[in-house]
Amino acid sequence: MDNRSNVTPELAAEMGLSPEEFDRAVAILGRTPNLTELGIFSAMWSEHCSYKSSKVWLKTLPTTGPRVICGPGENAGVVDIGDGEAVVFKIESHNHPSFIEPYQGAATGVGGILRDVFTMGARPIAMLNSLRFGSPDHPKTRHLVGGVVAGIGGYGNCVGVPTVGGECQFHPAYNGNILVNAMCVGLARADRIFYSAAAGPGNLVIYVGAKTGRDGIHGATMASAEFGGDAGEMRPTVQVGDPFTEKLLIEACLELMETDAIVAIQDMGAAGLTSSAVEMAGKGGLGIELDLDHVPVREEGMSPYEIMLSESQERMLMILAPGSEALARRVFDKWELDFAVIGRVTETGRLVLRMHGETAAEIPVGPLVTEAPLYQRPWTRRDPAVDIDAAALPERDPLPCLKLLIASPDLASKRWVWEQYDYLVQGNTVKRPGGDAAVIRIAETGKALALKTDATPRYCRADPERGGMQAVAENWRNLTAVGAVPLALTDNMNFGNPEKPEIMGEFVGVIEGMRQACLALDYPVVSGNVSLYNETSGSAILPTPVIGGVGLIADAGQAVDLALKQEGNALILIGEPVDQRGGHLGSSLYLREIEGREDGPPPPVDLTAERRRGDFVRGEIAAGRVAACHDISDGGLLVAVAEMAMAGGWGVALDALPVSAPRHAWLFGEDQGRYLIETGDPEVVLASAKSMSIYAQCIGRVGGSELTVPGAGAISVAELRAANEAWLPGYMAQG
Amino acid sequence: MKAVVVIFPGSNREHDVCLALKRATGHEPARIWHREGSLPDADLIVLPGGFAYGDYLRCGAMAAHSPIMREVRARADRGTPVLGICNGFQVLTEAGMLPGALLPNRTLTFICRDVHLRVENNQTIFTCGYSAGQTIRVPTAHHDGNYTADPGTLDRLEDRGLVAFRYCSPTGELVDSDNVNGSTRAIAGIFNETRTVLGLMPHPENATDPLLGGTDGQGLFDGLVGALQ
Repeated sequence: MDNRSNVTPELAAEMGLSPEEFDRAVAILGRTPNLTELGIFSAMWSEHCSYKSSKVWLKTLPTTGPRVICGPGENAGVVDIGDGEAVVFKIESHNHPSFIEPYQGAATGVGGILRDVFTMGARPIAMLNSLRFGSPDHPKTRHLVGGVVAGIGGYGNCVGVPTVGGECQFHPAYNGNILVNAMCVGLARADRIFYSAAAGPGNLVIYVGAKTGRDGIHGATMASAEFGGDAGEMRPTVQVGDPFTEKLLIEACLELMETDAIVAIQDMGAAGLTSSAVEMAGKGGLGIELDLDHVPVREEGMSPYEIMLSESQERMLMILAPGSEALARRVFDKWELDFAVIGRVTETGRLVLRMHGETAAEIPVGPLVTEAPLYQRPWTRRDPAVDIDAAALPERDPLPCLKLLIASPDLASKRWVWEQYDYLVQGNTVKRPGGDAAVIRIAETGKALALKTDATPRYCRADPERGGMQAVAENWRNLTAVGAVPLALTDNMNFGNPEKPEIMGEFVGVIEGMRQACLALDYPVVSGNVSLYNETSGSAILPTPVIGGVGLIADAGQAVDLALKQEGNALILIGEPVDQRGGHLGSSLYLREIEGREDGPPPPVDLTAERRRGDFVRGEIAAGRVAACHDISDGGLLVAVAEMAMAGGWGVALDALPVSAPRHAWLFGEDQGRYLIETGDPEVVLASAKSMSIYAQCIGRVGGSELTVPGAGAISVAELRAANEAWLPGYMAQG
Repeated sequence: MKAVVVIFPGSNREHDVCLALKRATGHEPARIWHREGSLPDADLIVLPGGFAYGDYLRCGAMAAHSPIMREVRARADRGTPVLGICNGFQVLTEAGMLPGALLPNRTLTFICRDVHLRVENNQTIFTCGYSAGQTIRVPTAHHDGNYTADPGTLDRLEDRGLVAFRYCSPTGELVDSDNVNGSTRAIAGIFNETRTVLGLMPHPENATDPLLGGTDGQGLFDGLVGALQ
């Protein structure tokens, strides 16, 4: 299509702009946009780039704190960790592309989040991935799991950044829309953070990295729509990743960042050159003029529209300080990467694109950014779920239930996944995948970072507010369980179609719960990503707010894990069940996997108790009294005990169970804010808890090779481990 | 001991091996970018792990033809010890400095896992820090580590004591399920004829710190320092 061909509201609608949005674009320009301009409006005003449905709610989240150097709005969040160092991190979704083409979709998701982090001057030191797939019985699931995991590994392993943790869960609600959320964590000098705001009219705009091709054109728009029945036909909008070029780009950018050559830098992610140029100009309050003839291209005859909307990977845009061109060119030549001067910063406040001697587009940047649509979408609150009466559930033999639970898809070992990731490269992995949180040492100072992603979508579906609160609290708890002080989080908000009031209500409720938890736990949000329209043929995913948390450990050697260490040690439960009937079973895994029911409210979250207990546990770890620690979450107390036993290869003899509660409620209830700690000094720990009015109770002893439950017999840890390890490899081998 | 670590575009474990070398020698090894025409004087040349040139052809095939490899080969011919770890092992086979080839793992997946290795010959500069038949635990992290060679070559390697390490059980037995990638005769690492070139798939450099899960790899670096100092 010719750039000057007639642009109509119908064409705009095909590109995802509503009639009102199209009118607004016409008003901003004072004329009808040409094709390239329409493409730019459509991309910048897509849900993916503009956050038009979510922004009013995201603004309610706490984003500041004494350690926060940079909150949401830049490529990634930046948090001070002392000694002149800062941790830089963000999570981002690549859901739609990964469903269409799992290997490349997931691989480029990893590539994109890496760029967000090193763009800010940080060396990437770890990655995590939060994955959600459809039912294991769905015909596509196995193929998607295999492709996504191979894609994440293929990219992350090659660039040499360890993939140290994440989640992998299954539910039929994801049959048509899987979730692939990738988180990257980097380390930077606190006084050497790079931002994206353009500055200095006359300064050169530089393009570096891979060449631009016709791949991924309009990917941001694809990511802002529901799938119909023919998602496969969108395959050409999925980009192809080249981790080798990314590795070179990381090294080249970090090398140039050692100098004073870079004024501003931005990666070309969603909406490619369009969003990077618009964001740099918009943030700087300046204009940018680009000569598209100088953009390195992979194919001949690319139009301005294609060049501006391409989502080819591994590309960056930089603005150089005067006189730095030769230096920058030398660095990129060394790393054998394309380097081209494609434009300059102007004072006009306009984005002007030229090609073949003609003006291909001219848009005032200010209105394009500030007049982007913003919606206060209607929403409805869900009726609260009806309580589950644990006493009315059938009595069952707990050990066979335990075995079923730990072999169920959500609790089964994910070793098959994480062994395909290089979790050791860079030589700083203190705690490996499979525990409460991964721990990465910072070699220079001996400190360490704890990293984890969490979400419990079934809770969010049953009660969005409580679910949002729980996701933040569980993440905070997981970092605490390895001994870390939680610093800040990044969030990936995965939801269905926000134009439906019940879906918008899920979003609003989850944000409100997160807000309360962040405030109560002093745990600000410093970056994030929103992925809406995760629906296929009208069926939405479970609301899935993935929380990616980062915590700090003063001495890497003090980090603990969940593996039981020593025969004779005591196992102490911290935190009593809040449910009067001895354990909360609403929306629990026990209810789903054993009783075949997904009803009931999620467990309540007492944020005051959460904080007090967490601070207590962290203190005990710092005092050296904790041999192992694990939070109690999915599956409840008995699953947590089993996980500690399997990790350490030791048995546990539980003490007599309380008689006041139904056995299944006590053993499998998912009451929040609880931990198990293994200690050789139970008297000291119990006294310390008592002095702080923290509920603590010895519930058993470490030893032998069996897990024994009084009145219910015993099961060998080897048998548990075999069941726990067998499910996923067995499932994947059936393919 | 002066060590030189050669870095190709796509190398990614140079940092890890430099840490291990520094721990063993007390000083930072030199890092040489592959386009630098010559190597400094060195007692040991290391080709680190990674994905040189993205391994988009065969693993190590592009790097094996990098100009710096002519220099590496010349030094090796004059007796300078060369250690190739993971991708470095792949480069050495592609360069013809070690026999055989490394195929995709039999699972056809990347595998990152601690494995056990049996030290098959401790009478070398690389393995003198271990006892004969000792079992050590070190990590692997590769997609293409399935060692293969023709039967004649394999027999020769065994007859002349050129097999350095084999994958084994925690107690040192050769068990198929412990052969992580399906390597022929469970071979994890081999020497050249003069036992001055070692290529191995596992990562001893990632097992040199108790905080990070073990120190069984330290013997290799300490042994080298002892032999070459």
